Amino acid sequence: MKARYRRFAWIGLGLAAVGIAVALVLSAFRSNLVFFFTPSQVVAHEVPQSRPFRVGGLVEAGSLTREPNSLTVRFRVTDTAKTIPVTYTGLLPDLFKEGKGVVAQGRMGPDGAFHATEVLAKHDENYMPPEARSAIEQAQKGPETMPSLHEARAR
Amino acid sequence: MIPEIGHFALIVALLVAIVQGVLPMIGAARRDSALMAVAVPAARAQFVLVALAFGCLAWSFVNSDFSVANVAQNSNSQLPLHYRFAATWGSHEGSLLLWALMLGGWGFAVSLFSRNLPNVLRARVLAVMGLVAIGFLLFMLTASDPFVRLSPPPVEGRDLNALLQDPGMVAHPPMLYMGYVGFSVAFAFAIAALIGGRLDASWARWSRPWTTVAWSFLTIGIALGSIWAYYTLGWGGWWFWDPVENASFMPWLAGTALIHSLAVTEKRGAFRSWTVLLAILAFSLSLIGTFLVRSGVLTSVHAFATDPARGVFILAFLAVVIGGSLTLYAIRAGAVGAGGDFSPVSRESMLLGNNILLVIALASVLLGTLYPLFIDALKLGKISVGPPYFDAVFYPVMAPMIFLMGVGPIASWRKSRIPDLWTRLQWAVYVALAAGALLPFAMGQWKPLVALGLLLAAWVAAATVSAVLQRLKSAPQRGIVAKLRANSPAWYGMLLAHLGVAAFIVGVTLVKGYEIERDVRLDVGQGVEVGGDTYTFQGIVPEPGPNYDALVGTVEVTRGTRHVVTLKPQKRTYRASGEVMTEASIRSGILGDHYVSLGEPVTAKGVDGAWAVRIYVKPFVDWIWFGCLLMALGGFTAIADRRYRLALKHRFAGALGAAARGAA
Repeated sequence: MKARYRRFAWIGLGLAAVGIAVALVLSAFRSNLVFFFTPSQVVAHEVPQSRPFRVGGLVEAGSLTREPNSLTVRFRVTDTAKTIPVTYTGLLPDLFKEGKGVVAQGRMGPDGAFHATEVLAKHDENYMPPEARSAIEQAQKGPETMPSLHEARAR
Repeated sequence: MIPEIGHFALIVALLVAIVQGVLPMIGAARRDSALMAVAVPAARAQFVLVALAFGCLAWSFVNSDFSVANVAQNSNSQLPLHYRFAATWGSHEGSLLLWALMLGGWGFAVSLFSRNLPNVLRARVLAVMGLVAIGFLLFMLTASDPFVRLSPPPVEGRDLNALLQDPGMVAHPPMLYMGYVGFSVAFAFAIAALIGGRLDASWARWSRPWTTVAWSFLTIGIALGSIWAYYTLGWGGWWFWDPVENASFMPWLAGTALIHSLAVTEKRGAFRSWTVLLAILAFSLSLIGTFLVRSGVLTSVHAFATDPARGVFILAFLAVVIGGSLTLYAIRAGAVGAGGDFSPVSRESMLLGNNILLVIALASVLLGTLYPLFIDALKLGKISVGPPYFDAVFYPVMAPMIFLMGVGPIASWRKSRIPDLWTRLQWAVYVALAAGALLPFAMGQWKPLVALGLLLAAWVAAATVSAVLQRLKSAPQRGIVAKLRANSPAWYGMLLAHLGVAAFIVGVTLVKGYEIERDVRLDVGQGVEVGGDTYTFQGIVPEPGPNYDALVGTVEVTRGTRHVVTLKPQKRTYRASGEVMTEASIRSGILGDHYVSLGEPVTAKGVDGAWAVRIYVKPFVDWIWFGCLLMALGGFTAIADRRYRLALKHRFAGALGAAARGAA
């Protein structure tokens, strides 16, 4: 009988440990999800103010400017319907080019520009990042077919 | 002609694989030894045929036969020879052929080293490998034929993706695939055991070396990928928790759990059905990894194909393999049995803890990797899960596992006493505490997470060393050599791998704690101080390469008046594709790396003016890969164990005896 109780205690402890681990995993998961938005959604103020998110589209041709004596660049990202200004300080990836697809992660600044902390271009020359492509497709199809991210979050 | 021979060889290989997959299975069920005997020659023939096909494709690449579509799209006559050869697996089709080649190779190896296996088991193992081969060969022949011809042939090829033109491309994919596909052997053993309903210590002894070798190759493959990403992407990171990386890491986690669970099954007969499940899991994750990377579902340099027909085929194949084996498991796991009893403080319980933690880590990586794909597939929007999630989850799960790593090898099977463990480990506890408290000061700044990391690393290292010392002290033999020889290679291999983990933790902890990353704008002649060293930009010189034009920057690194090193980072433009690549320049050392890469010119003067330059200081980063190397070496040492070779020796002795008799 005693051995049996001990075994139950160990199993209980094990389950509790696994439960705690699962809770930690899920809470970390919730707080680290990064949602993707299109420039149209940014313009329509559908984006979170408090947490970082991703935005994608095409780098508008001729929009890239550099601040003198620093590594800060400004460019505009478009989904062909709406366009938003983006600022970024640092080295741009090799595949970053005007007229090409781009995905940037960051948050909205008080100046109304998107302040990117990361500019992603892990794709090759012929291949647009799926996020950027879907942003353009969504903008061209019109807003009614656009999947609502709030729905996804509410789930 | 040559490509057609290759194509034909693939078709014959498929037919042979069908024979290999079906006849021995029927033979094993009917105990028909003639049918079972088909397995060995079929497995060998399949390997030879797939190798022939692979050779034909490699020949087409090396000789730049642009009439083959695959060659035209992924190679170029200007490409240096070793990259033309490596381009064989640079495409989706070629990499699948490499997969099939590896599978054939593992089957060939099993056919060579399985003579001491019971006939029924041997036949079933090879048959399961044949069934897996059917899937891959069929996929290649129907949906991604590497030998498709172009008419008329182009004059020049489109070139290999510039990112892939790197020594890493020659070594990383074959190593990784050796590991991935190697788990097919453990998988085949597991399925054979489920079908036969017989799973005992000798079964575990047979599958152990195969699993360990596959795991060692996978470890090397992942480490090579990590090194490659470190120096070639110009971001200086060694791990990004990118889905592609996770795809290779998940089978590794499952394989690590499997190795430890197999140890219990062999020594104590316990964890049997769990071991079988892990073997299924490890191979399933290898397949999922292949699917994730090769089907184009991920945004990544690895995504070559965006063809939905292929995706559907792979999904169906996954469903058959994973679903089928899990169904078999559900039906037959009861017959396999659970195994021996053990107390809550014992080596079994520690290894159980290790397995639970590894599986939790695996599940959390799986969640972070697949959830965004599901959300996307269900059209609920696009999300991504970044490194902060994985960092937040992975390290807390690994910390208790690393604690167990110190205790496990010292605890005895079945039942251990805590006071006894304490006596044997107190020395290691003191060393670990001292290391955690003091060593961070040597790095200049005490940080709690660094202290924890170094504590854990020192704990593993000290516990490992004290395990050796105690064994040597209690060994009855005289003389240090005899005492050392008294222990098995398997035991030394385990300890070596654990030391590798300690080195790995040191690297991760120190690079995370003290790395400096600085993006700066540098005029010619201008210097900047980073981490106590001055980096002075000396300007850019153009320099042509074999198939690219490089702009080579010169950065002098000095400390005070002492010259440290001259770094030459490059910006390459590949002529055929026009792709631009950043080649970082790195000075590696045991205490850390100096790392410089070029951004782009930032003034109107262009390349002769100021440049954006990225400067990194990466303390102890090479320890990460050195640790991986030790882990893999530990694996290779472990399989040198006598008990695995014993059967082989008997065979040789028998063959020699027969030869002697023949001569007489």
